[in-house]
Amino acid sequence: MNPIISIDNLCKTYDTGFEALKNISLDIKEGEILALLGPNGAGKTTLISAICGIVSPSAGTVTVAGKDIINDFRQTREIIGLVPQELTIGAFETVWSTVNFSRGLFGCKKNEAYLEQLLKDLSLFDKKNDELRALSGGMKRRVLIAKALSHEPKILFLDEPTAGVDVELRKDMWAIVRKLRASGVTIILTTHYIEEAEEIADRVGIINNGELLLVETKDHLMASLGKKQLILELNEVIETIPESLTQFNLELSPKGSSVTYTYDTTEEGANIADVIHSISEAGLVFSDLKISQSSLEDIFVDLVKEVA
Amino acid sequence: MNFRAIKVIYLNEMTRFWQTLFQSIASPVISTALYFIVFGAAIGASIDSIEGVSYGLFIVPGLTMLSILTQSISNASFGIFFPKFTGTIYEILSAPLSFFEVLIGYVGAAASKSLILAAVILITASFFVELQIDHPIWMLSFLVLTCITFSLFGFIIGLWAGNFEKLQVVPLLIVTPLVFLGGSFYSISMLPEFWQKVTLFNPVLYLVSGFRWSFFEVSDVSIGTSLTMILIFLGACMAIVAWMFKTGYRLKQ
Repeated sequence: MNPIISIDNLCKTYDTGFEALKNISLDIKEGEILALLGPNGAGKTTLISAICGIVSPSAGTVTVAGKDIINDFRQTREIIGLVPQELTIGAFETVWSTVNFSRGLFGCKKNEAYLEQLLKDLSLFDKKNDELRALSGGMKRRVLIAKALSHEPKILFLDEPTAGVDVELRKDMWAIVRKLRASGVTIILTTHYIEEAEEIADRVGIINNGELLLVETKDHLMASLGKKQLILELNEVIETIPESLTQFNLELSPKGSSVTYTYDTTEEGANIADVIHSISEAGLVFSDLKISQSSLEDIFVDLVKEVA
Repeated sequence: MNFRAIKVIYLNEMTRFWQTLFQSIASPVISTALYFIVFGAAIGASIDSIEGVSYGLFIVPGLTMLSILTQSISNASFGIFFPKFTGTIYEILSAPLSFFEVLIGYVGAAASKSLILAAVILITASFFVELQIDHPIWMLSFLVLTCITFSLFGFIIGLWAGNFEKLQVVPLLIVTPLVFLGGSFYSISMLPEFWQKVTLFNPVLYLVSGFRWSFFEVSDVSIGTSLTMILIFLGACMAIVAWMFKTGYRLKQ
């Protein structure tokens, strides 16, 4: 399947000389949810802004649905919706007029039924005649989403949509994202909440210092980079790990009350049964055991550290 | 051409005008009335007619120009500066819109507001003097050209301005003095010869003079010169805007 967005060697150097994007190449598949992770200033927003037409790329090309974002900007922008990171919204317009304005900007005919349903889905309908300045931060965020969806885009960019958002709105937001995905909308989001990427994304891209470090399916990423740990709580405190167990590279906790066995899920080698058996044979008695898998957050932190 | 987008930008800008209708109308009505009381009645009473036109009537075109020049600039500059300032410009930039369409929306709205304003001023003036318009079509043409040109100029200022102070600097410190010194309230023939020559460098002179000619065929420079000057200024503004759009000046990084 052809990618819906194809980014080829995209670079952006600002007038100050700051290189925000360095040779980014990335294909985004139609209908997927791609999460872009990266620390502040990594280049996530610049990447989104370049695709949407807010920032001019210094080099490289981007095509959206096969069209170039510079030469065929009308066709590419028509199918893109953008929810910016900041709560950049007017003050004196009403919710209803601002979503109608957005729809008109994208050249779409009036469609009251669609916009009404959209506001209902976003729990905004009863606020439709309120002025934007009177809304709470969370409500403004909802309005930004409504504006981005007002022209029925095929691609939606969500730039840190859950920053400073309460639990209820966050849940609503992910429900909307899932609904949109089910209707075939491609979603690209950036987030600081790694657990969210873990929960919702199909693929995860990690950006740091303007470079795309990797893009993997979330499952593959976790399987290939994820580590599992077997932690055994001991009945009695020990001072050192018995000699017979040194082959397993066990780690003793500082207090000597537990041992940790770290293993790679893909690695050939000793299996957990062997480890447990050998521990028992060495005369260690354990009262409890737990297995933990590294989260995307651990993977992310490791990767960014590695590059630094 | 994305006509729907032009329409929503235009209507959105006009909404602000209607929302502040009282200020929009009351302020020019009051200032026009004040000018007539001070210049027309108090001072004008001791000034002879100028080239056969009573002083009160003579200042009508200049007064109208003073308001529409400053208002065109401030409306258009504020219109584009405000979304830039609040960040809502992202939506305009990411919409399937060419810069030209953005321009038509913003400048069209600012020019429309100025035209309405000019009508309000002329109606107010008619309560103080008996209006005489010899060449209404010329008058309207000058008015429309001036409104468009100075709205374009305002748009350029709005793009250029990095803060609210800069937004105020040009209308207050440059345009207002140029209008006052450009023969709005006098004929330059009343000045010493040296200052007449200096005044010829003031672009506003040509606007006021042409506009005044369309009222009572009294002008400081010929109508052809006036028209040429305003077209040159319009062309210059368009060239600057074209360059700004091409380079994304202050809009896109």
